[in-house]
Amino acid sequence: MPASPCVVPDTTSAPLTLGRQRSIHEVEARIKSHDWVNGQYRLIVLAAPDTVLDCRPGQFFHLLCPQTDRFQPYFRRPMSIYSYDREKGELAFLYKVAGAGTSAMAELETGDTLNIVGPIGQAFEIKPEWQRPLLLARGVGLATLAPLARECASLGRSLTVICSARSPELLMSTELFRHYGAEVITVTDAEGNSGVESLTGLIEGLIASRGIDAFFTCGSARLTRMLQDIGSRHGIGGQVALEQHMACGIGMCHACVWPFRRADGAVNLRVCREGPVFDLQEAM
Amino acid sequence: MADLSTRVGALTLKNPIMPASGTFSEELADVFDLDCLGAHVTKTITRERRSGNPVPRVCELNGAMLNSIGIPSKGAGWFVKNTIPFYADYDAPLVISISASTADDFARFAEEVSVPGVAAIEVNISCPNIEDHGKAFAMRPGSTEDVIRKIRSATDVPIWAKLSPNTGEVVEVAQASETAGADALVTANTMLAMAIDSRSGEIRLGNVMGGLSGPALKPITLRMTYQCAKAVAIPVIGCGGISTIDDVIEYLMAGARAVQVGTATFISPNTMPRLVGELDATLAARGLASVEALIGTARLSGETTTLAEYT
Repeated sequence: MPASPCVVPDTTSAPLTLGRQRSIHEVEARIKSHDWVNGQYRLIVLAAPDTVLDCRPGQFFHLLCPQTDRFQPYFRRPMSIYSYDREKGELAFLYKVAGAGTSAMAELETGDTLNIVGPIGQAFEIKPEWQRPLLLARGVGLATLAPLARECASLGRSLTVICSARSPELLMSTELFRHYGAEVITVTDAEGNSGVESLTGLIEGLIASRGIDAFFTCGSARLTRMLQDIGSRHGIGGQVALEQHMACGIGMCHACVWPFRRADGAVNLRVCREGPVFDLQEAM
Repeated sequence: MADLSTRVGALTLKNPIMPASGTFSEELADVFDLDCLGAHVTKTITRERRSGNPVPRVCELNGAMLNSIGIPSKGAGWFVKNTIPFYADYDAPLVISISASTADDFARFAEEVSVPGVAAIEVNISCPNIEDHGKAFAMRPGSTEDVIRKIRSATDVPIWAKLSPNTGEVVEVAQASETAGADALVTANTMLAMAIDSRSGEIRLGNVMGGLSGPALKPITLRMTYQCAKAVAIPVIGCGGISTIDDVIEYLMAGARAVQVGTATFISPNTMPRLVGELDATLAARGLASVEALIGTARLSGETTTLAEYT
């Protein structure tokens, strides 16, 4: 998305850790398991030290994908946390094998190590007035929303989750969301119920029947715009986790900027630093 | 422990490892103690606020990065009020990088940012993104001498001239910088380049052209460092594609008195502290007492044989 000429640089950066406290760590993590979830997605579970497990839902890690015979990714790849567990010392990522980075990563085997940097970024915030949130996830976006669902469950929120995918066999984590007590609704392109029009009808019905009072989403610009429309019509706020190409991942390079609406004009913010979670209505 | 210190003009650095402008900011303090570095070098700022270029602003190549970030800047006022004070907590000298579109603007801006806490001003006269058609002051000796002379008359703070690999007149530009009063040279900035997706036909940067950095650039900027160190008496700081301790040592041997590490920090945020440790270990392993013992020691191989000359 090209920055429009009216966009001015931001003057509201995320707070810095001025106390010389190290919050982002680079560690080598050993792979405990690495399995195909379906024909396109893999789940990688790492044995991770305590130092990197102080995570919050919505944060991500920057992964150093390996150099292989077939793939030589140069940059790290940002990846949302699918799950973290301090007691077990585990960190997991659910990812779609797509480009050079994830294809190289898919070649890693149990027992190998993966160099990870994190946890990074601003987490989801579940405001006290958000008692009946709706999570709308498309494709790999549901990996980002899984820890949020767990957090909502632990805070006693009444949760509704809509999972959208191309076809029923590509739907993932529906059981996990049900385990968190969520009402889970699945929609797919194959069944013809994942379009903006039918989803809008579905969500407006849920607002009426379940009293939805917040939206959280990730993974689709089209669905983000749809939720902005529905949200502004019904006065419902929320948050979106954005994805953007990154280079440094910690705020130095300004490669991953995205434009946002603010009261005093548009601003460019770094997805890695001020995000990846942003106010739903501000994302442009 | 070996003596890792080095002098760059009037400045003494506790070690020769510092960041390259544009690949370093306060955020890196979340990863390691920034005081382990020889110096801090901030991302280039302009006097006015700027949005920067459209995305995509970066793309990866084999062993290289292309970027056209476009120097987004919060402006001089924000920088002096917020960024400079942040570094006051550290002992490492602060080098600030500035850019402007005319020689007079450069001079005015240099004067404005010559404030307490600034140990040197790196003048980015080489950024290929900011001038039309990729032109930059450091492409020609005449424009280099003019801009450095004007900046020199506007400030007493040491001036480091960041040179460009996008010139056929490396030595002349280096000498022009020295003649005009630069205190040190930094060799070098990124090299103008582009990339196209062969399947889609799409140009991979929003700004079409961008600067090449990373390991693929190193042989070019190492050569410039060698040329400049031979051609001028002022210190030269090597920059371009450094990611390993061998890269650091090559630059020192080429004549650099210090080095800047850039793109490698994006691949491993701990690259610089790791290099400081490895430099110490390497000096010890070679029985060298100081960094000084390596500087400018590159020589032709004893195996070099002069071949028969045809007449």
